Amino acid sequence: MNLNRAQSFQLDWLLVLVYFALVIFGYFNIVSASSGIEFTSYFDLSKPYGKQLIFIGISVIVIIFILAIDAKFYERFASLIYLFVLLALLGLFVLGKKVNGALSWYDIGGVTLQPSEFAKCATALALAKYISDLQTNIKSIGDQLRSSAIILVPALLIVLQNDAGSTLVFLALIFVLYREGIPQNYIFIGFFGIILAIATLKFSWPWVSGAIGGVLLMYQLFFKRKKKKFGLPLLVLIITVGLSFGVEWSYDHILQKHHQDRIGLWLRLETDPAKVQAMKRSISYNLTQSEKAIRSGGFTGKGFNEGTRTKGHFVPEQHTDYIFSTVAEEWGFLGSSVVILLFLFLICRIIFLAEQHRSQFCRAYGYGVAAILFVHFLVNIGMVMGLVPTVGIPLPFFSYGGSGLLGFTVLIFIFLKLDANRLNVW
Amino acid sequence: MRKYLLLLLVVLTGMSFVGRLFYLQILDSDDNNLDNDNAIRKVFQYPKRGYIYDRNNTLLVANQPTYDIMVVPQEVEPLDTLLFCNLLKIDKPAFLKSLNRAKVYSPRLPSLFLSHVSKKDYAFLSEKLRNFKGFFIRKRSVRDYQTDIGANVLGYIAEVNPDNLSKDDYYKFGDLIGKLGVEKSYEKQLRGIKGVKYIQKDIYNRDIGPYKEGQFDTLPVPGKDIQITIDAELQAYGEQLMQNKMGGIVAIDPTTGELLSLVSAPSYNPGLLVGRDRSKNYTSLYQDSIHRPLFDKSLIRMHEPGSPFKTLVALTALQEDVISTKDVIYCNEKYVYGKRNRVMKCHCGGGYRNLYSAIATSCNSYFAMAFRNTIDQYDDASNGMDIWSNHIQSFGLGNFLGNDLSVGKKGSIPDGAYYDSWYPDFRWGATTVLSNAIGQGEILVTPIQLANMTAAIANRGYYYTPHIIKSIDGESIDDKFKLKKQTTINPMHFDPVIEGMHQVYTKGTANFLRVPGIEICGKTGTAENFTKINGVKTPLTDHSIFVAFAPKDNPKIAISVLVENGYYGARWAGRIASLMIEKYLKGEVTLKAMEQLVLNKSLEEEYLKPYSGKPFKINQ
Repeated sequence: MNLNRAQSFQLDWLLVLVYFALVIFGYFNIVSASSGIEFTSYFDLSKPYGKQLIFIGISVIVIIFILAIDAKFYERFASLIYLFVLLALLGLFVLGKKVNGALSWYDIGGVTLQPSEFAKCATALALAKYISDLQTNIKSIGDQLRSSAIILVPALLIVLQNDAGSTLVFLALIFVLYREGIPQNYIFIGFFGIILAIATLKFSWPWVSGAIGGVLLMYQLFFKRKKKKFGLPLLVLIITVGLSFGVEWSYDHILQKHHQDRIGLWLRLETDPAKVQAMKRSISYNLTQSEKAIRSGGFTGKGFNEGTRTKGHFVPEQHTDYIFSTVAEEWGFLGSSVVILLFLFLICRIIFLAEQHRSQFCRAYGYGVAAILFVHFLVNIGMVMGLVPTVGIPLPFFSYGGSGLLGFTVLIFIFLKLDANRLNVW
Repeated sequence: MRKYLLLLLVVLTGMSFVGRLFYLQILDSDDNNLDNDNAIRKVFQYPKRGYIYDRNNTLLVANQPTYDIMVVPQEVEPLDTLLFCNLLKIDKPAFLKSLNRAKVYSPRLPSLFLSHVSKKDYAFLSEKLRNFKGFFIRKRSVRDYQTDIGANVLGYIAEVNPDNLSKDDYYKFGDLIGKLGVEKSYEKQLRGIKGVKYIQKDIYNRDIGPYKEGQFDTLPVPGKDIQITIDAELQAYGEQLMQNKMGGIVAIDPTTGELLSLVSAPSYNPGLLVGRDRSKNYTSLYQDSIHRPLFDKSLIRMHEPGSPFKTLVALTALQEDVISTKDVIYCNEKYVYGKRNRVMKCHCGGGYRNLYSAIATSCNSYFAMAFRNTIDQYDDASNGMDIWSNHIQSFGLGNFLGNDLSVGKKGSIPDGAYYDSWYPDFRWGATTVLSNAIGQGEILVTPIQLANMTAAIANRGYYYTPHIIKSIDGESIDDKFKLKKQTTINPMHFDPVIEGMHQVYTKGTANFLRVPGIEICGKTGTAENFTKINGVKTPLTDHSIFVAFAPKDNPKIAISVLVENGYYGARWAGRIASLMIEKYLKGEVTLKAMEQLVLNKSLEEEYLKPYSGKPFKINQ
């Protein structure tokens, strides 16, 4: 192996290219969504698109810094960065600024900063660092609990700041734990739990319990050799019935009204056409408008800055959470499919590169990056198209917001820096 | 498994997103053209509607602006209601009602508050209204009638109904469309093409600017002015003569087929259907079920033609060579026919009758003979009836004329098949249907069909389809109106019939209607008619019918007159025809005594008889 060549800078240009493609395309969609019909200049700093241009500039500077710093720095200082971010999150309770009900912002001389966007990156780093530590054995319950704690502490702080959407993103890091060796059963049980919960909300707990009871009875009668032993099936039944009932009880008594509405909307629980029509003016207003904009795009879309529903500001929050409806209206099926494929490529490429690493730290971090991006991608676009319940998290690189863009930039380019340095690790 | 779980989920998610997009944008996509994008407001600019002139270029219909007070409820600030109501000359309940209706429609969009403010009030209000936020004045264009005649000819315009909207997508809710008369038949030429501006709007329905810098916008194309064939002066005179009577007058220039006048009586002032009282006026016209002023009697009042029809019976018999001018019959004031010696009465006075005197005195016996001979020369009555019917129909009877008027009726000329189905197991013959010979029985015509028949006789064998359009913005008219339509009768047979019609005036039933200096040919008609009172068929006073053309050589006018329940033909219809002919050919009327007689006659008493609830006498 030629060490000189290996030490040279092996940046994955393909990922860099995709990153910039998404950022630039995202920017133009923000231009369209946040300007009226009287759009004049790209440099109007009073408008979101003007500000976004500045954030893109800052991102480029940050990229240069990240790439300039020695790759070892991130592994070595991961814990410190994590602690710093935790402090920043704690500080919000004292110095934070409330926007839309969430206490998530610092206001520093007019520039607002959202530490939770950086907490994702810091937590991914800290988790990778902890898992890759030689002392850590992920198969042991103790280490599993400690790893979970790394994820849950910032998540808890953020949920206390009333930003449930961002909290959800931290759960993505379970994929890291799974890749690095927690038992399969956790995942199976998790999947089963989720399906059980969804089925309960859709069909109510007596039905779900009955169905599971029926399946277990069939199993007991026809497929089991020792038919007299029924302790395990009975236990499974009791647990599932308990869970199912618990889910429904929590839905009715713990969740707030707007959470219930969102879940109800997603599962299409309301079937009375008159009420569905009435909901279009209230709780399903955003989704209805978003879907209308998407439908109106057709195959090729209406063209940049020509989306009539975008220009008329029919979709609320269109330049932030609902930016994908602008893409779909103005660029049509073709353009929005390209965006989805680019995201697909970006995430898969990161997973692929992570798998190439011999360093466990790099691989775990890479998985963290991929998982965080995936959850954003899944939840945001799914929400805009009505496939996922409404959860307010941004679409990476597209949604307007400086902290978000910087957070994702840092997230990806730390990975790229680690990756560029791959061959130096032995 | 550990390596692939996330990868798998990512790919599955991406695929389901593309699938969802495919569903939303391609399978279940909204039809997305400019016209049904509700983010685009279409603002229409209405072109000037074309003017209508008469044949002598007298302006009949122009346009006038009308002013509506509009309101945007959201912008209304607390105001001095009393002062405001006084300005608009309304009371407070009306004010509150209008404002509330506007609020219900939309607080943000302009709604109609008060319609049709007069020009005079507009000048005054436009100054004062500035102090009242949320109110403004919208200008619209409506018809301005320069005349109070010809309501049935000119027609009217009104807001489109759902039927109009579903048939032609040019029209939008609230647009005006021609509903009757030439306003309807020349709607496309008169209306022009409206211009459209596409305006991008936002979620609050506010305008935010032109869509794509207005590249799809169009300018309105003004409507064309039209000239109609009506002679306004003659029309006015006809309407005057018909005052206090019901019926119609149709006058045609036989050399061109142009309609010189189309009088339907009683008529109404066309201006009644413009302005704030429009719907009130319309309702009262609509509800007058005795006089039916909205019902164009010159075009759709079907009646039995009576004796004028005998001219066609004579022509058909001549063409079929079953009578000749030399044939003479003896009429003893009745015509006896059939096995049971049925009797058809005749009022000609009796004596020897040839073709000329039969027409002049309207001898029933002679035409019964002519009709029988026509049918009976064929072995099969049905076949004979078909041939007879074909001759009659060639005069434009029994079918639509194909003219350019907004309404019409086919009338009825029976043929062989018609009676075959009436008498399926009965051998019928000419005598069975003998009343056709004298224009009664199953024959039904409209006044315009009678006038056209007269024009065909005047022309000795052809006619031009009657029409009302003379020119459209200087351009010439549809070629079908310049086409000669030949009847099936040889031109040489017309002279004896015309001579007979001339004798009607010189020594026949209309000899007291002569106009000095004009050789008129005419034919009187008296048609029995019935109504049902409490389910009982009750006879009413006969219709007075008259057809005429003049001069005898090179005719310039052919006319038919129907005066409902006017008794015998010469009594009112004949007088009116003579006066109309003199008026048209001389430009003035010398028969002053006759004119006064007609003008002073009211048949109102006749029309109320069936509604009086008491027994009444007829034909007094």
